[in-house]
Amino acid sequence: MQKKSLKVAVLRFPGTNCEFDTQYAFEKLGHTTELVWHENETLPEDIDLVVVPGGFSYGDYLRSGSIARFSPVMKAVTAYAEKSGKVLGICNGFQILTEAGLLPGALKRNNNLHFISKHQNLCVINNDNAFLNLCDKGEVLNIPIAHADGNYYIDDAGFKKLEANGQILLRYSDEKGEPVVVNGSVTSIAGVCNEGKNVFGLMPHPERALEAILGSEDGLRMLKGFEA
Amino acid sequence: MTAVVNVFLKEGVLDPQGKAAHHALDSLGFAGVDDVRIGKQIIIKLDTEDKAEAEAEVKEMCETLLANTVIEDYTIEIS
Repeated sequence: MQKKSLKVAVLRFPGTNCEFDTQYAFEKLGHTTELVWHENETLPEDIDLVVVPGGFSYGDYLRSGSIARFSPVMKAVTAYAEKSGKVLGICNGFQILTEAGLLPGALKRNNNLHFISKHQNLCVINNDNAFLNLCDKGEVLNIPIAHADGNYYIDDAGFKKLEANGQILLRYSDEKGEPVVVNGSVTSIAGVCNEGKNVFGLMPHPERALEAILGSEDGLRMLKGFEA
Repeated sequence: MTAVVNVFLKEGVLDPQGKAAHHALDSLGFAGVDDVRIGKQIIIKLDTEDKAEAEAEVKEMCETLLANTVIEDYTIEIS
């Protein structure tokens, strides 16, 4: 099958710091990327994916992602998502998407109050979506995490909906895929998608797992999923 | 008028900072502490003199930005 080349918009807020790694990752896969400043009211034309990258937008003031979500560009992202456009939020991007209401739940301070930065095993929970379709259900991926506010919270009713709709993407796990407590997340959730399965969010950084010699290349397969 | 907004994690949502402070108080020998919760206080100066108007305005601020009602509750005092 001919590989599809994607046009990826990578957002940039004051305090974003993973935008270049994100561009590097998608360009390594043969895609084109464009940085989009938060003051832009529109997204570039003909894009296939919007990535809200990691970092510390607005210094994490008030709550992580709470200020960035009111940026002009986020109105365009919301409109794009409502038209089934694909959006991926990584780390602070995940926090911004939950604050914006594009993803259910919220991200609280880690239970142990530490900033956790390490390689972490993740178990793939659902792969019938545009993001993880190249990964196997139950597969264990090794992806770095680096966050202070990654403790995913959702109420019981919301959790049941997530589970029933197959919206749980990833859980923190051991090498066998058994869930482990990393930051206090509800049932060790590391990533979720919306009901329409076009908006994705995760705390781990796939864009930092591109070279086996640097610890893991599992991130490539995750990001490559969007080609399908 | 001045609005004092207190934002706290909802009852039932674990407050890790409160728990850590509680533990520290226990370690320091302060007996009889049942629970500690840590929130934030936001003080807003408003140009209106109408209390009801101020209250409605600040409530909207809380719902929109100041609190994340998925995990947080808030109280408003106007003076």
